Amino acid sequence: MSYGQKVDIIDIDYSWSFINYARATDGVYFITLFKSVIISLITTFLCLLIAIPVAFYISFSSVRVKSILLVSILLPLWTNLLIRTYSLIALLRTKGHINNALENLWESANYLLSFFRLANHNFIGESFTPLSLMHNNFSVIFGLIYIYVPFMIIPIYLVLEKIDRNILEASYDLGANHKITFFKIIMPNISVGITSGIILVFIPCLGSFIIPELLGGADSQMIGNIIERQFKSANDWPFGSALSFILIYITIIILGVRYVYSKLYSRLYQRGVS
Amino acid sequence: MTEKKTTIELKKLNKKFGDIIAVNDVSLKISENDFFTILGPSGCGKSTILRLIAGLEVQDSGAVIINNKDSSFVQANERPVNMVFQSYALFPHLSVRDNIEFGLKLKKISNIDIKIRVEEILELVKMNGYDFKLPSELSGGQKQRVALARAIVNKPKIVLLDEPLSALDANLRMEMQQELVNIQRNLKMTFMLVTHDQDEALSISSKIAIMENGKIIETNTATNMYEYPSKKFSAEFLGRINIIEGASSLIDNRMLFNSDTFGKINLERDIKLPKDGVLGIRPEKIIIETGLNKHKNRVSMNGTITNWTYYGDVSYITIELKNKSKVYINVQNIHRNSLQELNIGKKLFASFDINDLIILEK
Repeated sequence: MSYGQKVDIIDIDYSWSFINYARATDGVYFITLFKSVIISLITTFLCLLIAIPVAFYISFSSVRVKSILLVSILLPLWTNLLIRTYSLIALLRTKGHINNALENLWESANYLLSFFRLANHNFIGESFTPLSLMHNNFSVIFGLIYIYVPFMIIPIYLVLEKIDRNILEASYDLGANHKITFFKIIMPNISVGITSGIILVFIPCLGSFIIPELLGGADSQMIGNIIERQFKSANDWPFGSALSFILIYITIIILGVRYVYSKLYSRLYQRGVS
Repeated sequence: MTEKKTTIELKKLNKKFGDIIAVNDVSLKISENDFFTILGPSGCGKSTILRLIAGLEVQDSGAVIINNKDSSFVQANERPVNMVFQSYALFPHLSVRDNIEFGLKLKKISNIDIKIRVEEILELVKMNGYDFKLPSELSGGQKQRVALARAIVNKPKIVLLDEPLSALDANLRMEMQQELVNIQRNLKMTFMLVTHDQDEALSISSKIAIMENGKIIETNTATNMYEYPSKKFSAEFLGRINIIEGASSLIDNRMLFNSDTFGKINLERDIKLPKDGVLGIRPEKIIIETGLNKHKNRVSMNGTITNWTYYGDVSYITIELKNKSKVYINVQNIHRNSLQELNIGKKLFASFDINDLIILEK
């Protein structure tokens, strides 16, 4: 269908033309695609930064704390994605919980200052201006991280659990400090978890449309939103499918690169060029 | 005889895990070039002592002195000791060579020196040619060799071995025991081993400490620990022993022991049995006789065989005396034909030399 062309409201001419793909590379679509990739990359990277310490903390906790933490990470996944995204709106909007909390903070700070007769020096501004946390790139990335971070934590946690604790002790015993142990011993052993985490986060991020739709503004549309619009409001299914296929190709390329990389890595090892 | 240099000294070491006292007031001295073994039942705290020396645990009180330097609070990575772990703990992502090099690379040693030393060690543990194999491609015995190489390549003051051979099968274990001894002698290194295997302790160590419930019961050389133990627990834990209860008295500076099992025994020794002391005799010191041996240095008995366990080279026999007490005897299977004489229910005579009796404290 992606090689066809829309002729009228319900008819599609299967003409085997590449016109839809050509259209996808021009101007606005290409920029959106590029921006989606960038947003997904940032999200994935931040997820990684959050997930590694969290996974470590869970993995080194006692059995009871461990199960509580794991459940609290998995529990949100049982809630519908839409509901979770709407709950973020309640948190982030102009009169949302974060801004309310900040406002309370401002009020009490102001009260304290007036107590010391400093209020009219305007140290903290004349009045509280709420932060605009919604309908921008920040809110989209925040939402994506909130939704997808468990998919990063879980694989990293799982490989961490499999590491024999004795090898960490062996590393200290052989003279390595914590930093060397982390980079030379732990990281190579959890790299499998990290790559699966990256794939599990990056690919759904790239295709997500509910989160940018609800949390993003006009400026923070992702490729998923455009695809959705082609199928629904624009009624241009051939172009929508072309865009979808581009997304699939990107995904396949990423998976392919990973496969080649892991093959190459293990072959290098066998030759002893480690 | 000149006093050997002390490599490790433990002073009144204590360590608790929650309510469990793992190490209770342990003081030890390990000399240079010793093959020192801590032998004890599982859970007696022997591994904890190793981990305290390595710095992987911190003591509650007491001191760890390594090479005359108080190292009680030195971090594990700065102590001149290396450990061979029970699970080997090889780095799974690194090749054999990289595993062995790991410690050296952290020590600012030139690459050429590292290469030379790794070659030497690989030769020593007979693992040359396996340089680029991953630990997952090695057998248990090979992993063991690499783990040992990884520790000794750093030339530590002491090599700590935490039950390193317990995962190997019997033949391989014997082979590795012999190799451990050879390596230790060749390199003139100090080794400290922890095990619950008595044969292993006897066959490889120069000194043995026996441990129970976090306390060191007794320390002695390997032969003396078997032949002249002074505590009942160590005599019973290291090998088998017949315990002879009774009361002693000193007559004309000679000990007369009135035993429950064998009646009066005249010990040609001018010492008194300690309070709640007992005598012990090792089963292999008792020999089977054709009749009652009346020699004044020998204690004789006759009884009925109630149990016979065959081990190939030896048989463990239990005989019951007239007074219902049981005596264990080890018999070498010197002749195939003599096996038939050792049937359950058969009566036999046996005797032992009073010089082989061991005086034990409870």
